[in-house]
Amino acid sequence: MGPRELLCGLLLLLGAFFALTGAVGVLRMPDFYTRIHPAGKVDTFAQTLILGGLLLVAESPLVGVRLALLWALLLVTTPAAAHALVRAAHLDGREPWRAPDGAGAPTGAPDGAGAPVGGGAP
Amino acid sequence: MTTVFAAASIALTVTLGLVLIRAVRGPTVFDRLLAANAIGTKTVLLLALLGFMQGRPEFLDMALIYALINFVTTLAFLRLVEHGRLS
Repeated sequence: MGPRELLCGLLLLLGAFFALTGAVGVLRMPDFYTRIHPAGKVDTFAQTLILGGLLLVAESPLVGVRLALLWALLLVTTPAAAHALVRAAHLDGREPWRAPDGAGAPTGAPDGAGAPVGGGAP
Repeated sequence: MTTVFAAASIALTVTLGLVLIRAVRGPTVFDRLLAANAIGTKTVLLLALLGFMQGRPEFLDMALIYALINFVTTLAFLRLVEHGRLS
């Protein structure tokens, strides 16, 4: 088991950990706009880590080229799909979630400026 | 090496289960679409991992095709939700 396999294992486990983190975020975030955040960003990072780890142990150049193609494709399509989803939700007229009773309001805002807009029940 | 591949595959499968809960519970159609898209990309990663685990890199071709179909499906469903029709 050379250093290449060791690095591959590290990248794979790190990528799987990030994928798990993104899934927990998708499950626990309060509304759609916050859920798209882990789904769009963390997943892209997890894909890069896992496919990069597999690229380290690719036995033939053809397999490496396929992996690189898959990586480039996912790197373009995942953020594009996330962007299209957010745009569709915005055009549908959905309001972003606000923290109840100003818990997440910026400091210095007058009282009531951060009132809940859309009800906010998840 | 197979142990690492198996561990990563199991973690990805757990991830699929968690995202599937969001797809079932999701209050809006956009949540469900988001979950379906995430499940598609995780499936692509799982296919690549399984292909490497069994020494069959042909699985990568299936993963490529699955990634393309997943992207097009998400965009088509979005178009359907936005306009009520596909044209």
